[in-house]
Amino acid sequence: ISVRCSAFPWFGMDIGGTLVKLVYFEPKDITAEEEQEEVENLKSIRRYLTSNTAYGKTGIRDVHLELQDLTLCGRTGNLHFIRFPTHDLPAFLQMGRNKHFSSLHTTLCATGGGAYKFESDFRTMADLQLHKLDELDCLIRGVLYIDSVVSGGPSECYYFENPTDPDRCIQKPYTLENPYPLLLVNIGSGVSILAVYSESNYKRVTGTSLGGGTFLGLCCLLTGCSTFEEALEMASQGESTRVDKLVRDIYGGDYERFGLPGWAVASSFGNMMSKEKRESVSKEDLARATLVTITNNIGSITRMCALNENIERVVFVGNFLRVNTLSMKLLAYAMDYWSKGQLKALFLQHEGYFGAVGALLELLHPS
Amino acid sequence: MAECVRLDSSTSSHTMDKSITLPPDEIFRNLENAKRFAIDIGGSLTKLAYYSTVQHKVAKVRSFDHATKVNRELRLYEISVQEEVTARLHFIKFENAYIETCLDFIKDHLVNTDTKVIKATGGGAHKFKELIERKLGLKVDKEDEMTCLIKGCNFVLRNIPHEAFVYAKHADSEFRFQTTQPDIFPYLLVNIGSGVSIVKVESEDKFERIGGSSIGGGTFWGLGALLTKTKRFDELLQLASKGQHTSVDMLVKDIYGGSYGSLGLTGDLIASSFGKSATADKEFSKEDMAKSLLHMISNDIGQLACLYAKLHNLSRVYFGGFFIRGHPVTMHTITYSINFFTKGEVQALFLRHEGYLGAIGAFLKGAEEDNPNQYSWGENYAGSSGLMSVSPDMNPMQRARSGTFDMLEMDRLERQLVNLPLLQDPSSYIPDTMDLTEDALAREYWLYCFEEALDGVVKRAVASQPDMPEAAQRAEKFRQKYRHKLQTLRQQPFAYGSLTVRSLLDTREHCLNEFNFPDPYSKIKQKENDMALKYYQKAVKSLEELSWEQRQFALVRVELMAFISCEHPERPWLVDSYDQWFERLKGPPHKCALFFVDNSGVDIILGVMPFVRELLSRGTEVVLASNSGPALNDVTNGELQILTERIAAMDPVIQAGLREDRLMLVQSGSSSPCLDLSRLDKVLAMVVRERQTDLVIIEGMGRAIHTNYYAMLSCESLKMAVIKNSWLADRLGGKLFSVVFKYEVPAGKPSQHSAALSPL
Repeated sequence: ISVRCSAFPWFGMDIGGTLVKLVYFEPKDITAEEEQEEVENLKSIRRYLTSNTAYGKTGIRDVHLELQDLTLCGRTGNLHFIRFPTHDLPAFLQMGRNKHFSSLHTTLCATGGGAYKFESDFRTMADLQLHKLDELDCLIRGVLYIDSVVSGGPSECYYFENPTDPDRCIQKPYTLENPYPLLLVNIGSGVSILAVYSESNYKRVTGTSLGGGTFLGLCCLLTGCSTFEEALEMASQGESTRVDKLVRDIYGGDYERFGLPGWAVASSFGNMMSKEKRESVSKEDLARATLVTITNNIGSITRMCALNENIERVVFVGNFLRVNTLSMKLLAYAMDYWSKGQLKALFLQHEGYFGAVGALLELLHPS
Repeated sequence: MAECVRLDSSTSSHTMDKSITLPPDEIFRNLENAKRFAIDIGGSLTKLAYYSTVQHKVAKVRSFDHATKVNRELRLYEISVQEEVTARLHFIKFENAYIETCLDFIKDHLVNTDTKVIKATGGGAHKFKELIERKLGLKVDKEDEMTCLIKGCNFVLRNIPHEAFVYAKHADSEFRFQTTQPDIFPYLLVNIGSGVSIVKVESEDKFERIGGSSIGGGTFWGLGALLTKTKRFDELLQLASKGQHTSVDMLVKDIYGGSYGSLGLTGDLIASSFGKSATADKEFSKEDMAKSLLHMISNDIGQLACLYAKLHNLSRVYFGGFFIRGHPVTMHTITYSINFFTKGEVQALFLRHEGYLGAIGAFLKGAEEDNPNQYSWGENYAGSSGLMSVSPDMNPMQRARSGTFDMLEMDRLERQLVNLPLLQDPSSYIPDTMDLTEDALAREYWLYCFEEALDGVVKRAVASQPDMPEAAQRAEKFRQKYRHKLQTLRQQPFAYGSLTVRSLLDTREHCLNEFNFPDPYSKIKQKENDMALKYYQKAVKSLEELSWEQRQFALVRVELMAFISCEHPERPWLVDSYDQWFERLKGPPHKCALFFVDNSGVDIILGVMPFVRELLSRGTEVVLASNSGPALNDVTNGELQILTERIAAMDPVIQAGLREDRLMLVQSGSSSPCLDLSRLDKVLAMVVRERQTDLVIIEGMGRAIHTNYYAMLSCESLKMAVIKNSWLADRLGGKLFSVVFKYEVPAGKPSQHSAALSPL
């Protein structure tokens, strides 16, 4: 197999609306002979990527996600996960140019909308030819691959036990054997919902424009924050019930005629119709309400798709869920409560990197 | 039907009447007879409902005692104007700010009522409970909001033709009205208040809230107020209508540089709502943010509605609630969303009286002992304000209108109305030949015609009541009212559903009734009937003398001749399938013919009766269907009863027909010069079914040209008319006094002579 493998370096890239996700395979089994033959440029890239955890002002390597001693294409090494904002792509290209990346004659496999949008920039700014790949193909390939190779350490796939009881709600590993059929919900800037029947048989059921970009966009406008981390931090300190109008705010309790519990949100931001209440809420409350609104909406669309497609297992991925336990627990709760326990919400450790992994796999095993 | 159209007239008034704020005594009408109140208090609007009995004059005919020889030579029957009591439902919508004034007014005018409770619904009901109880001395009885909404929805869908419409912003007519479905169930109601409720309605009493969403009108309002510092819902919508969402939203092309071809996602599609405000470090305009928010919420609701519709396999989805309420901006974005998500499989439907549903439902809950659902009801065009657009972009006159009072009046019809069982496809049947809402040229022409004809109608109305000195004054009020209606329709052709010649005629009849001119033509009809009767025997005799072949043609000629005084046009006529009809007559007789008759006088007596006589002689049973109430010079069922008796006394064939029950007179249930085959008397439908009717004859301009020209029936049909209007004749490719003789056999049911029949 190794014969068919591409020369180093091995990259996979996913250029989304908000973030660029990059996976890099660092070979650890380099022979002395190879070491000698390795050109200087390649060495310097390897060293630069593996010896830092931050690149420039905004690039970050998610060290905790690194997969070590991975065998890929007959080679053993570590898989690194790196991300930076899409608006910093020009700086990245400049770096590629400075480091003479193009001299390596490698194919750069890229997916996500940016692979199309920035294709000519790659060519003109860094003299790089992109091999463009469909993002959903890559996503599914990546999910299935990572789930199959991760062993040891925290389980790749997990769920929340007792999602409707906050005190007893705990994260538990889940074995994704016999994964099909599967509803795969990818929450990036926007949301795509896929029904997956096998590695090659899947369809995009629907999508929604109310996604991670909406959460961050609205938070920026409402609170003046500027990063996802900031927005999440505020949300964790706020109270959405001051912003939202609940069923009990209208009916004094449960709306029994229709089986609606009093705590359910009747109108997101509904309390903000009143001037007094607008003046009494904090930025944290607003951030929390935004998070809850977007998350619950994704939950209800997902639930409807699961019913329409007759699928009981739902895997949520995408960078909206990164360090976002609040949303994950909300999704787990929503899936369980509204389906009366029928639906199970599953999550994956490498939430946002599957597209990039899929692109890397395409480089090594062209489908 | 007599069309009073003058083509040579000079000026017409195009000025708008701006006096639109009505004094309260014209708003809360018939309060002295009111009983059973219901109120629906929403966030900004109050809807009041009550039931009243209306006393109005009706013209009745009564046969003279023919033993009294004196009268016999002079008059066949006498006309008397009697008082009749009918039931009416009143619905009034006004801003919450007026609530106290309105309650005071009601208190002062509520004379004679044994009403003890008022049914109340809506979010504001508890807030005003104490005020209502104190002012009116009635006990407030709260009803569940959703139950009221559904009850109201069922009621309007069942009783108001053209209640539901599709909204198409860029089409010639923004509102495309739907025909009444024979079965309104099942449907999905998506009520967008502060949140969203999605309700599946399966029957009158069976409905279920199958889902909902917290992202609704309250989200638009609340989040919009935070983002733009704009407080009012209307203002937010106005901002949204001026904004560009593309500067705030991240589109597919912002990510892909173009479209995402393999998934068929176009570049302009929103990938992430507000996505740009997360990355771009800049100020966004209020308008753009409001627009982005509107799209986000509309799309989200549309998507959920589609998912629920798909899961429950429902194709009719109605949208209501304050988010929708007549706002073109939200109707447009919801429609767009539904089209996108279902690829046109599901249409977003809106309701003309959406704002009244809760009040109607609450009223019906309180009136259950009167069994309102066992009757058919009809929208009274004279007393209803019609659909008013509150679009911020529309002209200021409409803005002002929405700030005042809106009314809906429904009359209880004496007869229960159902579909003609012989319609080929009741769900696609459209009575009207021309939709003036969509056809601007035709609309201009007919509005002009009706305005020109108004003087003549007023004169005739006055002349019909010579012994009533105040008739002139009433007629003047009628003129003002009808002229105002015509002006409204010029501005808003969609105000009462699709604008048609029929609706213009019906509106005129309603306005005449409103001012107690129940039958302006009664005297003329009486005179013409008396006159025509004198020639009956002679006419029959001369027909009898003809050969069979000659007679068949003469019958058709005479029938058509009755409409005009000029020379009869030569064949081939404009539409001419006489040869096919003639061939058919050589075959076996029809089992039973249903004959929708038209005018009094010569038409019915010398045109229709000989035709009926011939059918009876062939062995065909005949059901003569005539109007239940007066309209223009059309013969009413009451008049026809007397006429037929009189003719039977002269003609043994008619007499035998009546005696042997082979000739039957039924009422159509209508009081219109036109004919809606989807709203006919239940008894008529029963007779038609029992007698295995296999031929339908429709005659006259109103019934066979303005309506039903394209109606497809499941049995043989004959449509006969002379076009007495040169504009219409021109439209149909002929000239004034062109003849339409349209004989049709439904596909798949060939007669014995099918070979001779070619499609028209």
